Amino acid sequence: MTADISDLDRKLINCLQDDLPLTSSPFSPIASQLGISEEEVIERTRRLRDDGLLTRFGPFFDAEALGGAFCLCAMAVPADRFEEVLTKVNAFSEVAHNYERNHRLNMWFVLATETKSDIARTTAAIERETGLQVLLFPKEQEFFIGFRVNA
Amino acid sequence: MTLNSKDRAIVEATQAGLPLVPNPYEVVADTLGLDEAELLERLADLKAQGVIRRIGAAPNHYRLGMTANGMTVWDVDDRVVDLLGERVGALPFVTHCYRRPRALPDWPYNLFAMVHGSTNEEVAEKRKEIATLLGEACRAGDILFSTRILKKTGMRLRRKEN
Repeated sequence: MTADISDLDRKLINCLQDDLPLTSSPFSPIASQLGISEEEVIERTRRLRDDGLLTRFGPFFDAEALGGAFCLCAMAVPADRFEEVLTKVNAFSEVAHNYERNHRLNMWFVLATETKSDIARTTAAIERETGLQVLLFPKEQEFFIGFRVNA
Repeated sequence: MTLNSKDRAIVEATQAGLPLVPNPYEVVADTLGLDEAELLERLADLKAQGVIRRIGAAPNHYRLGMTANGMTVWDVDDRVVDLLGERVGALPFVTHCYRRPRALPDWPYNLFAMVHGSTNEEVAEKRKEIATLLGEACRAGDILFSTRILKKTGMRLRRKEN
């Protein structure tokens, strides 16, 4: 854990990973829980977001429930073409996350699309633009979804 | 499912995030020309339908010191992979666990378990625990550490033309 986060900010990060209530003042329960004002909750949350400790604040949508689809994909990108291919891949708005990994398959990204057929269309377009094969790893079964990091 | 136009406008207005103000829904409702109460009702419906998983923040686990992120992958006997997948997914240090198709001959692995920790050594130790749990049903395994986040924006609906 990094040392430069105050205990209060740690507690706030943990609170913000829970589901906030659908009420006019969604920050009010967190303020009560932490014993600070709503304004301070908001100010600290804004700072954590601006500093990059929180990536976003808002609703998390399930692309599949929207009729769309997610698919994990991987590519083996030659080292000397990595930045060029990265620029091309990231330019697709369907690419939701992308990670570099230490393997021959060194670029792993998740596509989130509005329809199931958009997955094949997008991967075909990426293959066309990069000249590299895209391997598809759609999820067949999910064993755990409670993703949470203890700050 | 297909979203009606009002729900679609709500998704578009909130997918990049909510405003950080005491009454964020009032602000969003104003921009959409809705009552706050109607917006809250529709958001509750979207949640009941599973379109919204939760409303909150996503931490950047790298910045929180969870800098080691290992994707452990395993070639597990198809007859027992779901049974063992449930047990791997229940381990406290596994944050995501999925069965996915193999991509032979390049990729023999069908079980993916994401492990986060403060150091690669810590993640490697946790990987041994998974190997022990899988036992003889597992023919091979590997671990892929992430060396860089290249993009992290989440899902985006495109604005419909017209």
